[in-house]
Amino acid sequence: MTYNGDTIEAEIVKMLTGRIPAGVQVTGETRIVDGLGLDSVAVLDFIMDLEDHFDISIPLDRIAQVQTVTELSGAIGTLVSARG
Amino acid sequence: MMSLGSKFAEIQAGIDALRALGRNPFDIRFEKILSPTEALLDGRPVLLFGTNNYLGLTFDAACIAESARALHEAGTGTTGSRIANGTYSDHALLERRIAQFYDKRAAMIFTTGYQANLGLISTLAGREDHLLIDADCHASIYDASRLGAAEVIRFRHNDPDDLARRLRRLEGRPGDRIVVTEGIYSMLGDTAPLREIAAVKRELGACLIVDEAHSLGILGERGRGLCEAAGVEADVDFVVGTFSKSLGAIGGFAASDLPGFELLRVVCRPFMFTASLPPAVVASVNASLERIARDPSLGRRVLENARRLYFGLTAAGFQVGPEPNPIVAVKMPDRETAVRFWNRLIEEGLYVNLALPPATPASLSLIRSSVSAAHEEAQIDRAVSIMTAVGHELHVLERRASAAALPAT
Repeated sequence: MTYNGDTIEAEIVKMLTGRIPAGVQVTGETRIVDGLGLDSVAVLDFIMDLEDHFDISIPLDRIAQVQTVTELSGAIGTLVSARG
Repeated sequence: MMSLGSKFAEIQAGIDALRALGRNPFDIRFEKILSPTEALLDGRPVLLFGTNNYLGLTFDAACIAESARALHEAGTGTTGSRIANGTYSDHALLERRIAQFYDKRAAMIFTTGYQANLGLISTLAGREDHLLIDADCHASIYDASRLGAAEVIRFRHNDPDDLARRLRRLEGRPGDRIVVTEGIYSMLGDTAPLREIAAVKRELGACLIVDEAHSLGILGERGRGLCEAAGVEADVDFVVGTFSKSLGAIGGFAASDLPGFELLRVVCRPFMFTASLPPAVVASVNASLERIARDPSLGRRVLENARRLYFGLTAAGFQVGPEPNPIVAVKMPDRETAVRFWNRLIEEGLYVNLALPPATPASLSLIRSSVSAAHEEAQIDRAVSIMTAVGHELHVLERRASAAALPAT
């Protein structure tokens, strides 16, 4: 499957459903560390699911630079393109 | 002026929430340590089941005598690092003994177990290299990965297939692959599937580091840890461990057969730029290492004791970790119950560890106990009975029983 920024972001939001507390609204601007109602390890575990889904590995230093869902989607997009 | 209150406001709020339910778990003060298994807390005796004192050697007469000898002979401290102030004969002796114990060419000792991981891993993980760490690895391994220059990738806990997938994704990229796992994991007491991980390492090519902090002196016929028990010692490039648990003191080490290992002494900053272990500590570790090399019965005893606690708690209806090892973790239904449970145990004379997310895997709230070879059967039975009573009082066991009674879906 080919992805672009919008489809990746939509996939992230879809995969978050059921994992985050009820009532938490997710948009591109949502901060992944303190906006999802998840602790830091739960965020890293969620990112592992994204890695499986997109068949990439996101290095920890790259994750540390990412603050919002849109930025996370951008980092995934770069790695997906690099994979070819 | 910098406001620490606002900088750490969230942390303070977390501590306040814990305090509202009882003691501050980060500030437990024992008035006196009576033995490896007993102490005085708030003027009352408590059974110690949260010490990591696996072999109970902190009060071993031979270790104390050796420690006292070294203290009188060589003084209270080395007052500097090995590269600046030199190596004492006992430092060198301990390094030889560790290498001998693991049947490796060389070993290096560090001032703490934390620094052993920090030093070894950050030094090996150079630019262009790839560090692959088990998701449940200890904070010292995470911190090492931040200090090193390599790209860091987490693989799923105890999942060799996931490790293989991630190694395959790196195909065609330059640099060494360095894989880090632990022997026994510190929160749930589960062991790594080292045979399978070693097979992945052989197939895809990587350097393998195993941290035996919680398994030294416990697993394996000679007490070398999980690498020995799993029969993969030849596949493991570096064994890391600590002196602060089964060896009853403080310090850490790394041992390896790799040629050039000695060079680490002049490139590994957490080794070079901190004071070396004081003579009394080195001497007591020398004595405790000598003891476990000579007498594997302590390792057998701690495992027997571990099974007594593990199966005692299982029979009472508690949900525990996946394997009967000296770390026995009881799963609590939620954070608040865990905090209340832990406070009640102390009031009843039982000290264990409270482990809460994010320090735990899978956001679990745990009552974590560690078993010692020094525990008597009656003490273990007393611990089970206190935990069972508190389990009923706080309805942890009833909730478990009703959950178990639900039809499978």
